[in-house]
Amino acid sequence: MSNWEDAAAPINRGPEPGGIGAVYRVFGETLRGLKTTLGRVVEGPVTLEYPEQKTPVYPRFRGRHKLHRFEDSGLEKCVGCSLCAAACPAECIRVVAAENTPDNQVSAGERYAAVYEINMTRCIFCGYCEVACPFDAITMGNDYELADYTRSDLVFTKEMLLADPIEKTPLRREGE
Amino acid sequence: MIEGTLIMIVKSIVIFAVFLQLVPIVLLGDRKLMGRMQSRIGPNRVGPRGAFQPIADVLKLLSKEQFAPATSVPWMMAIAPVISVTTAIATMAIIPFGPYDAWGGGFGLYGINVSIGLLYFFAFGSLAFYGLMLGGWSSGSKYSFLGAMRAAAQLISYEVAMGLSLLGVAMTAGSLSLVDIVESQHNIWYVVPQFVGFCIFLVAGFAETARAPFDLPEGDAEIVGGYNTEFGGMRFGSFFMAEYMEVLIISGIGAACFLGGWHGPGPIALAPLWMLLKILLGATFFIWVRASMPRLRYDQLMSFGWKVLLPLATLNVLATAIVLVAT
Repeated sequence: MSNWEDAAAPINRGPEPGGIGAVYRVFGETLRGLKTTLGRVVEGPVTLEYPEQKTPVYPRFRGRHKLHRFEDSGLEKCVGCSLCAAACPAECIRVVAAENTPDNQVSAGERYAAVYEINMTRCIFCGYCEVACPFDAITMGNDYELADYTRSDLVFTKEMLLADPIEKTPLRREGE
Repeated sequence: MIEGTLIMIVKSIVIFAVFLQLVPIVLLGDRKLMGRMQSRIGPNRVGPRGAFQPIADVLKLLSKEQFAPATSVPWMMAIAPVISVTTAIATMAIIPFGPYDAWGGGFGLYGINVSIGLLYFFAFGSLAFYGLMLGGWSSGSKYSFLGAMRAAAQLISYEVAMGLSLLGVAMTAGSLSLVDIVESQHNIWYVVPQFVGFCIFLVAGFAETARAPFDLPEGDAEIVGGYNTEFGGMRFGSFFMAEYMEVLIISGIGAACFLGGWHGPGPIALAPLWMLLKILLGATFFIWVRASMPRLRYDQLMSFGWKVLLPLATLNVLATAIVLVAT
């Protein structure tokens, strides 16, 4: 015979109402409630004052995209292969590739992205573009402040994606 | 102690000035302290550390439209907040801030010293609920109507218990006048001999002001905003102000009846300071409880009022009477 009844977690039933014990409990529980809220006053606030202080994000947080350059040569990593656009489930990436010429060497490969646009109103921040990219040219950044007044302003161009964000989003460190 | 007309006029102006200044202070205290109790900072954008937040609140309300639903009775909706505010201010007249001649000059630091003091308070307290009742009923909305009905039922349930809790004090002091009641607490504050009465008064006081955990007439979770659902702009603001005035009144009556009123260390000229301090302490307690307690269920409210508070208050009055007769 299985003793599953013993193994189950004990049920915490409240005491029966009524009687002197109830009066004591009413007082006790009321005071406990008051003590709890007063404890929060003593502890102090835990909130961040948002526009001045930003919530730090985790290292793998998927925020606004970034396009990268090679640090030594300054050439763009993106070769305009459109794999990101193919991987994108929201179809928000538009890439138009062009040939590199010796006078105009933009990227390290044969071709470069003449147009690279991400429509942030459509992007779902899934990070598939980052996974699809064979050259790590596009990664998901940390910035989450993407609000704007018009939809057209939310189509991010290559220059915007290559540039550093205006305000850096704080990064949460290990164990924080 | 009959006072001149001029003194009465000055007094009424001072009462208006002082109490209408206290309301924004309590409002700000409410928002800041509630914030701290919920582990947040509270308003801090308007003025230094959010000190001008009440002004911003009132300005916002003033600039809003007064509207009335098609099914409403507009003139009743207009007078309902007026009733609430008027009765609240009228009650403030009897809260004593100091004895006769405390500052010299032959006047007392109270609006009026009526011999029916506590009855006056109950009379205007009952009238104040007409504001909520009319406001809710005339709105022509089912939620407002439900809120108004709840307000009426709550008033009837808790005013009885409150009256009985203060009856013990009136019997001990031998007077209904708040000035006399405070005077008779010269040796011992009534919170000690009338502790049960004090507890009943506190609970019933929360119900009378319709604040959490007894804010069923407003009950935002179940009946939107209760009686003030259809009110906008400064009409809502008046209800809001009246609610905070009620808090100050209950704190004032409680301080006068149980916490020794103006009695405190120092010369008698400091009397208003002690009274003010006790009133603000009472208001702080209101805010503290509001941040701590969940709203009661409606049947719990009713059974608590009639089955617990009323018998307890009656027993308290009986015990007080027996003690008074025996000694």
